[in-house]
Amino acid sequence: MNKKMAGYIQENSTEIISKWQELMKNEKDERSFQVMPTDLMNQTSKEFADLMVSNLLESHQAYENRLNDFAEKVVRLGWSITFVTKAINHFSEVVFEGMQEKGLITKDNFSDFYKEFNNWIIPIRDSTIDTYSKTWERTVSLQKIALQELSASLIPVFDKVSVMPLVGTIDTERAKLIMENLLEGVVKHRAEVVLLDITGVPVVDTMVAHHIIQAADAVRLVGAKCMLVGIRPEIAQTIVTLGINLNEFTTTSTLQRGVEQALAWTNRQIVEVEE
Amino acid sequence: MSNQSSVEILTEWDIVAARQLGRNVAKELGFGTVDQARITTAISELARNIYLYAGQGRIEIQQLTENGVKGILIIAADQGPGIPDVRRVMEDGFSTSGGLGAGLPGVKRLMDEFKIETIPGEGTDIRATKWLR
Repeated sequence: MNKKMAGYIQENSTEIISKWQELMKNEKDERSFQVMPTDLMNQTSKEFADLMVSNLLESHQAYENRLNDFAEKVVRLGWSITFVTKAINHFSEVVFEGMQEKGLITKDNFSDFYKEFNNWIIPIRDSTIDTYSKTWERTVSLQKIALQELSASLIPVFDKVSVMPLVGTIDTERAKLIMENLLEGVVKHRAEVVLLDITGVPVVDTMVAHHIIQAADAVRLVGAKCMLVGIRPEIAQTIVTLGINLNEFTTTSTLQRGVEQALAWTNRQIVEVEE
Repeated sequence: MSNQSSVEILTEWDIVAARQLGRNVAKELGFGTVDQARITTAISELARNIYLYAGQGRIEIQQLTENGVKGILIIAADQGPGIPDVRRVMEDGFSTSGGLGAGLPGVKRLMDEFKIETIPGEGTDIRATKWLR
């Protein structure tokens, strides 16, 4: 039965592909197909059809590999997942209808063919979705790692003075990372003053403030002082309105002032050299 | 007149999405940077409460016009456990999760109008409005 189907598809491939392309073009939200130049579209369509057919002809052993291959290739074409599932559905529709017209599928063998079609289409769809989600998961986890590397580094700027610039949203996971890197860095660089720069933090709500206060407390425990710098005017106002108590902190508006203050604490200052 | 959009709160990152939406609407309405910060912080607090205590819910942002004055309405709704003692959570420094306890009273101060409806076991609905002056 598989052979019958494959034979039909191969014999009538041009017709099937053109019908299928018509259906796909009518999919409203599919820009990717409409913008594609015609020859490229024809080529990808042919490739797609070949892949669909090849799944029918392969032996069972090669089948699994083939499926994975197919999914990988489809993902690489850069189509959206809705588009691909639609493409697969439409392709099987076109083939099914075509075979009905040719009288290959009759009332008697309808249920058998129905089963065959499902056996053909469902694994293809499943493995495509599977490959898609795997690709996404991989991308997301890679980005997470990249973000973590960027997220909280302690920079020694002067002897005994270090700065941790915070950029972007602080969530629970990052707050933990900030705390760890802060404490580790303080000990490693033998810092006496640490400046936490929140210029790049878009929103300071009670949770972010809570994490900062905790981090500062912990820094105090390892024998250093923590200073909060880079407080923008609007952030200052929201902190006051929220009623967050930062009285125990030394805070400054800019990093520059913070550095000057930190140097003063460690009995140093920046002077202009007279020539 | 109202123009609304909403964000489902399921993960910690949805909090970011919610306040991004709020900030965009606030900016569109013509709020200044200080009020934008107030509004986004309020959304952040409300969304985090949903995430922490209810597990899931939604933040709705509406644009309001009343007597020619424009405003923004934040609705935070969930079907969580509700708040058994509303008066206590509105006190500064009260927290069941070891936080600062400034969340809800803070939101009330950040916004112009604040209304909370909660039924233990059924959920919480918080509405906070800020008018453009």
